[in-house]
Amino acid sequence: MNIVVCMKQVPDTETKVRIGADGKTIDPTDVNYVINPYDEFAIEEALRIKEKLGEGEVTILSLGPERATTAIRSALAMGADKGILLKTDDTYLDSHAVATGLANALKEMKYDLIFLGKQAIDDDSAQIGPRLSVLLDIPCITVVTKLELEDGKIIAEREVEGGTQVIEASLPAIVTAQKGLNEPRYASLKGIMMAKKKPIEEKSPVMEEAKISVLKMEYPPERKGGKIVGSGKEAVPELVKLLHEEAKVI
Amino acid sequence: MSKAVLFFAEQNNGQFRKSAFEVATAGRQVADALGGELVAAVVGDAIADSATTLGAYGVDKVIAAENTDFHYYSPEGFTQALIDIITELEPGVVLFPATSLGSDLAPRVAAKLGVGLASDCTELFVVDGKLEIKRPIYAGKAYIRVAFNSEPQMATLRSNVFSAQKQQEGKEAAVEKIQVNVAEGKSKSSVKEFRPMGGDRIELTEADIIVSGGRGMREPGNFAILEELAKELGAAVGASRAAVDAGWRPHSDQVGQTGKTVSPNLYIAVGISGAIQHLAGMSSSKYIVAINKDPEAPIFKKADYGIVGDLFEIVPALTEEVRKLKSS
Repeated sequence: MNIVVCMKQVPDTETKVRIGADGKTIDPTDVNYVINPYDEFAIEEALRIKEKLGEGEVTILSLGPERATTAIRSALAMGADKGILLKTDDTYLDSHAVATGLANALKEMKYDLIFLGKQAIDDDSAQIGPRLSVLLDIPCITVVTKLELEDGKIIAEREVEGGTQVIEASLPAIVTAQKGLNEPRYASLKGIMMAKKKPIEEKSPVMEEAKISVLKMEYPPERKGGKIVGSGKEAVPELVKLLHEEAKVI
Repeated sequence: MSKAVLFFAEQNNGQFRKSAFEVATAGRQVADALGGELVAAVVGDAIADSATTLGAYGVDKVIAAENTDFHYYSPEGFTQALIDIITELEPGVVLFPATSLGSDLAPRVAAKLGVGLASDCTELFVVDGKLEIKRPIYAGKAYIRVAFNSEPQMATLRSNVFSAQKQQEGKEAAVEKIQVNVAEGKSKSSVKEFRPMGGDRIELTEADIIVSGGRGMREPGNFAILEELAKELGAAVGASRAAVDAGWRPHSDQVGQTGKTVSPNLYIAVGISGAIQHLAGMSSSKYIVAINKDPEAPIFKKADYGIVGDLFEIVPALTEEVRKLKSS
């Protein structure tokens, strides 16, 4: 079984976003870059399937700047077999551009399953999985919290408003991972040592131009300083009065 | 391309979702600014009759793709339905709700058309006859304003941000039924089962009020006091990452950068200190209340109202006070 995980390197969740000099992108100073958290679930699921089947290959495919190599190396340390970096510069890419770049690379590869995180936590667009489904003409199940593989098909559970859907699709297929799918492993020391010898191939992506342009980046509206109503349960009647009469939300 | 604005009106068993009215209202404003008509795309297995009610929200026309195959969401079938409608109408703008379904469907339609799509937008502008949108990134730590280099200009709109407003009570929209080329949109995956969540749970992203608990709750059983407060308020119950990672609450309840981003009218943070990734996910709430024993907790800097103290005393007192208010 050939499994490809499309992975993105992103600023970690502790990052305080500062807008860069161009006013359109973030200032990368002091930013700690990590594997996109949802992609960790994707990598873990790929590794578990390979281990369960006792055969197969897990390839990490990442489109991004040179620094993404570090994240690929981390994924290899978790147990993936090889990496491919579709190297870009730091210019803004929209989901259309990224999806075409990944799809063109995937068309040259062998895959039975393609995993992605349900979204990248930097751009939060959540478009690549479903876009690849169209570009590669294979099914895609998004926001998956449980996955089973049997007889050349997958059965997945996905969270939707008001409940859980159970969906079946034939292989090859795309799955986007949601938190809850599994508990990603930490890389072992041995894994980290072995990762140093695993191959990472560097290529130039074949991408179409972005169809969206960023005009400017802004900070969220500042919330004005809070008002401490009081302490202890004695403050509760005043709070309820404020919520009812001032805020008018209850 | 015409000046028409098309939007996907999401429905479930013939009932339109709240998001359908929100997107209709936002779409009406864009259509007015462009000087075009507002058209609703409705896809399902038995929807055409109820579709006329969209007229009250300023919808000029409904194009209904009715098909027995569309009882459940079929990604390929729904994509084909939208492509057929877009091909016929040639709208300048296409809007979707950023619901589970809308967020799965819109990128497929955009990919088929080879156009750009802006996800999860919170503001729409029309500048010189073109759409510009504002959307949060990094779960709301920053926003970007973007424009489109392709048409139709496509966006998904975040739930609970655009308010639904009726334009004219009782006005009916004309409904045009179309046949979808289902063979073209033959489904590659199928829904085998739908398991509804227990009871009358309110969806976090659609809730007007959210009561969230964090590490300060100490153990899973203690969430019962939040459930009780939530019941009194008609609220949904959320959780911080700490509470979810401790296994106290399901991950679907998580609010924050690796959970849900929410914008309710009222967000009550109980025993949540306010880690940056949590604040990102709830800072766009209209009003925030913090209940925490640590007066230095960062959550108080974001809260409109705060109470310092023992949540195990404060929350039950709050429930009681709300009960009194509701019965007065």
